[in-house]
Amino acid sequence: MVAVNPIRNAVLATPVIKPKLGRDDWIMRLFMAVIGLYLLISLALPLYAVLSKSFTVFQFSFGDISVQLQRDGHWQDAGTLEEWVGRLSQPVNNDLAPTSLTRLPILQTLTRRELQGVSQVRLRDTSETGGRLLYDAEFSKPGEIFTLEPRELRKLFVRPVATTGLNNYLVYFQTPALRQSIGNSLYIAVITTLITVALAFAYAYAITRSCMPFSGAFRTIAMVPILVPSLLPAISLVYLFGNQGLLKGLLLGEPIYGPLGIVIASVFFCFPHAMLIILVALSAADARLYEAAEVLRTPKSRVFWTVTVPGASYGVISAAFVVFSLTITDFGVPKVIGGQFNVLALDIYKQVVGQQNFEMGAVVSVILLLPAILAFAVDRFMQRRQVALLSARAVPLIPKPNRALDRALLIYCSVVALFILGLLAMSQLASLIQFWPYDLSFSLRHYDFGRMDGGGWDSYFNSIRLGLYTAVIGTLIVFLGAYMVEKCKGFSHGRAGFQFLAMMPMAIPGMVLGLAYVFFFNSPHNPLNFLYGTMAILVICTITHLYTVSHLTSLTALKQLDPEFEAVGASLKQPFYRTLSRVTTPICLPAIFDIFIYLFVNAMTTVSAVVFLYSPDTTLASVAMLNMDDAGDIAPAAAMGMMIFYTNVSARLAYLGISQLLFRSTQAWRKR
Amino acid sequence: MKKLILPLLGLLAAGAVLTAVNAQAETQLTVYTAFEADQLQDYAERFNAAHPDIKIQWVRDSTGIITAKLLAEKDNPQADVIWGLAATSLLLMKGEGMLEPYAPKGLEKLDEKFRGDSNPPSWVGLDAWVASVCFNTVEAERLKLPQPTSWQDLTKPVYKGHVAMPNPNSSGTGFLDVSSWLQMFGEEKGWAFMDQLHENIAFYTHSGSKPCKDAARGEIPIGISFAYRAAQSKAEGAPLEIIIPSEGVGWDMEAAAIVKGTFNMDAAKTLMDWAISEDAMKMYNQNYAVVGITALSKPVKFFPEGISKAMIKNDFEWAAQNRKRILDEWQKRYDSKSEPKS
Repeated sequence: MVAVNPIRNAVLATPVIKPKLGRDDWIMRLFMAVIGLYLLISLALPLYAVLSKSFTVFQFSFGDISVQLQRDGHWQDAGTLEEWVGRLSQPVNNDLAPTSLTRLPILQTLTRRELQGVSQVRLRDTSETGGRLLYDAEFSKPGEIFTLEPRELRKLFVRPVATTGLNNYLVYFQTPALRQSIGNSLYIAVITTLITVALAFAYAYAITRSCMPFSGAFRTIAMVPILVPSLLPAISLVYLFGNQGLLKGLLLGEPIYGPLGIVIASVFFCFPHAMLIILVALSAADARLYEAAEVLRTPKSRVFWTVTVPGASYGVISAAFVVFSLTITDFGVPKVIGGQFNVLALDIYKQVVGQQNFEMGAVVSVILLLPAILAFAVDRFMQRRQVALLSARAVPLIPKPNRALDRALLIYCSVVALFILGLLAMSQLASLIQFWPYDLSFSLRHYDFGRMDGGGWDSYFNSIRLGLYTAVIGTLIVFLGAYMVEKCKGFSHGRAGFQFLAMMPMAIPGMVLGLAYVFFFNSPHNPLNFLYGTMAILVICTITHLYTVSHLTSLTALKQLDPEFEAVGASLKQPFYRTLSRVTTPICLPAIFDIFIYLFVNAMTTVSAVVFLYSPDTTLASVAMLNMDDAGDIAPAAAMGMMIFYTNVSARLAYLGISQLLFRSTQAWRKR
Repeated sequence: MKKLILPLLGLLAAGAVLTAVNAQAETQLTVYTAFEADQLQDYAERFNAAHPDIKIQWVRDSTGIITAKLLAEKDNPQADVIWGLAATSLLLMKGEGMLEPYAPKGLEKLDEKFRGDSNPPSWVGLDAWVASVCFNTVEAERLKLPQPTSWQDLTKPVYKGHVAMPNPNSSGTGFLDVSSWLQMFGEEKGWAFMDQLHENIAFYTHSGSKPCKDAARGEIPIGISFAYRAAQSKAEGAPLEIIIPSEGVGWDMEAAAIVKGTFNMDAAKTLMDWAISEDAMKMYNQNYAVVGITALSKPVKFFPEGISKAMIKNDFEWAAQNRKRILDEWQKRYDSKSEPKS
């Protein structure tokens, strides 16, 4: 409230009196609790499932198996299997840690030498739960005895039992192939971040601070990578720089498969994110500072380093962390073009899909969470320290023409734009060629998705459904949640908790979230188990994955509104939802539309969050791309990528059209 | 408030309808499969011509993913029948006690190789899926590469950086190759062979068909893959020569099994009976040269000749039981070495 209220001040001086909670407050708290509960179930609990899975270890409990030997018709006790294992000269199972699927042939523990002259062996599972032994594909029951001739022992296996411990992590750090990925991932993420931020800074500088022509067009082109899955630039790079690549010579024999390809493709798909953030940071400039510098005859370069760069520094740092987490958590690019270069996100996929080692997948997930959470925390910290650059007296900076500089920037931006459009055009071209590179005639056969893996055209329409469901339901949930958090009175602990839950998805890699859903929702003990394998779980996962950015957009829009609206509404004895539906929502419509389109576009392109969750009825276009590339059908994969691109472009155009119509009626008040 | 609650309720109701199973008169069987995408419709139609009352709901994905899915669902299986999955994968499931033993009608007609060794068998084989090498003649000429004829040839220095093969950790074909080398050459010599081969490998792929498709595109001159994929690429016009290495080739079966605890046991048995019928065998024969009833195997276009003779004596039980150990060893040897050459 703007005006100082003398009565209120008097009240504040007396001991605290809690305002009486009206019906509205209770409804709002109830709403907040419901959405909070949604976030708890769709985010916190699945993550807990990953954590606990990563601590599930499998061990042989040899002590639970007793051995008896028959010699010359007499049975004699031969201790437990543990004692036998202790006498072995070499470690069992080649010293590898057992997983849930390890089966140890019993003959590895009972040496032939000791079985000399034995006519029969009797093995007993003495555990209370059973399942320590496996005979001809059947688990042993508690107390079950197997009496076998030595030659029949071939069919008997020892089965490990699940316990809790740190062993998975030990194995992880003792396996060079896995451990290496940490360094690889950091290496890729750091290099990509440096390159992307530098490129994006110059590009954003050209758009905001120069009189370069076509800056609007350049701005639009820079946004193109957001509209395609990250797999697409990687596929284009294969066509451009692979062994049959058009421009292979440019690489001077360096292979595109590996870090080089990953970095180039990552720069492509991270570029718009970094560019947008820096663009905003550079737009806010106070012309008076530059005038002062000019009056003081400060050299141009010094002005750049002492005024421009510090002014945008928070934006740059923020952009750096966004790029860092995008790169380190992305799995599509290294999957397509990584060659033998392993990264963390890819390891999760390999462990889970290739080796069915879910425990190790959980361990890698937890390790991948650390840098992502760190980047997130630093970013938050930086944003909190961001001070307002623009005071009320600031004068907007209007760039002055500088022919040489403008021309140089025009050339630079053209090169970047060419890179972006070139990668896109390459995929478009490749998808229209009959049989690259041996038959270069035109053909539409790669768009006949029914012939390939991945689910055919159905997957494309499923993706559109997913996009629409996610956008409609997600916008509703996110906006309402943000509204309750912003407008609810009191209840500060609840609001802080909700705010924390809403910020969390940003730090959780999509891959980890997806795997968490497998553990959590596929458990037969979970009453929500019926969701597994449905479109609903894909929608829930995607909304949760994209929650934070949408939440922040809503909050920003809502914070711009004067709280007087609610106060007036309340004093007129109007329930809050009437104010919400008649005043707040129409005013926030641009932001709501932004959220809608953000959710739609990202649901169309996401791979990592859904790759473990889709079912045959709910195959998705982006996952189909992955599977087609996996099977070697890279031209159809490029074709599917282009379909996603055109869909997203149409959605954006429709959004522009509709918003122009709508805003004319609801946003007229913004104009004078 | 109504304005908000109604759409919310509507959404919830829509969700409930989406997930509810429609009651239907005919029996629905959920069949998990790794059959190629383009075969599914044909297979279901052929089956329905004989049994119109049983409707198949396919759940298809690549071998690795379907296997992972089945294992992940082990406590709460969704599938009724598995029809068309690698025998080595089914053996994993057998090891988890997930399969219902059943002797389908006509079992005795199947070649011995295609029956599991327990009785009644937990699974039956349908057709063989044989490893082969795809050799791009155009690229080979450009690079002056002689045509290899054996696995040992592939370790020659001339092929350095010109061979691709599937990673056995993610691909069923890759595992089949590795397990066949270990069985053919013996453990020690098998690993020694792979050590040498590793020197020539340009990249390991995630899937089994990719090396051949990459060879077809000329991305790599030599791809270790399987015969069906090779024949298909050749039919599409790729300049490929399909090579059956002289030492013999590894193979796996596409197999079928009933998932324990299915509520549609009768329908599942009907499908199993049909899956090894002569009708079905002729159908598999359109795509695979070697099928379960060997007498029915007819040559398939572009399939290399003599492929059934080249198939090694494959011990599937051994392969399944040693799978984990082999894969760990493989990863230790080759995955950690595959650092970037920077």
